[in-house]
Amino acid sequence: MESKFYEEDKLLVFKITEEIDDHSVQKIRRRADYEIERFMPKRVVFDFDSVTFMDSAGIGLLIGRYKFANLLGARLEIANLTQNVSKIFEMSGILRLIPVTKLEENIA
Amino acid sequence: MQEQFENEMNLEFISKSANEAFARITVAAFASQLDPTIEELADIKTAVSEAVTNCIIHAYENKVGIVKIHAKIHKSEIIIEITDNGKGIENIEMAKEPLYTTKPDLERSGMGFTIMESFMDSVKIESIVGIGTKVTMLKKIKEQEINQQEFKQMTSMP
Repeated sequence: MESKFYEEDKLLVFKITEEIDDHSVQKIRRRADYEIERFMPKRVVFDFDSVTFMDSAGIGLLIGRYKFANLLGARLEIANLTQNVSKIFEMSGILRLIPVTKLEENIA
Repeated sequence: MQEQFENEMNLEFISKSANEAFARITVAAFASQLDPTIEELADIKTAVSEAVTNCIIHAYENKVGIVKIHAKIHKSEIIIEITDNGKGIENIEMAKEPLYTTKPDLERSGMGFTIMESFMDSVKIESIVGIGTKVTMLKKIKEQEINQQEFKQMTSMP
């Protein structure tokens, strides 16, 4: 996972580059929570553009980060959903909770 | 009868979460001889990943145990059996309910069986408490249609 913080927009972007399953999600979770706490962003965006595989561990990951970000006053969004990722998020109903956003051109 | 399957394979590994990727990639490689679409292959990988994750975090609860996968191909179908000798499921109907999980503290979504059921053509769960669980999943790989016009163009003489 790569991450970048845009100071003037208070925007924290996580670009997930690994396959998302119960194994990989443990590392992603730790790193994301650490950085959200460190930068205190207003917006947190998870970018799924490079995700080639995701199972239901991705749903748990997002719900957990949604709660954590909310607690610290940040809004969580997701971007660039691939077909496999979309299918699982649609099934879970998570899209009613977390908005899909477009990442601005100069970002990511 | 053994002969009714064109191909079969067995896979056995210890219940470490690093093996989730190994298991789904291996089963997908075996399934690829049926010439599935990318989407069908992704469905199989996801369903296998869910079943194997269940063995690791629920059946064995992160203790070391053996997960077994037996996959067989018959005509255009792949049948995948995933077995553990873990603690078993007390109430299968409840376990299958969307969003039901016994481990919300681990950020589990409770969508595992729902995903298996919607991505595969059939899913059967057999479990005995204290003995283990066997999940049998079947996926039909659709015959890929060749567009008639394209076919004529492909076969016509210049």
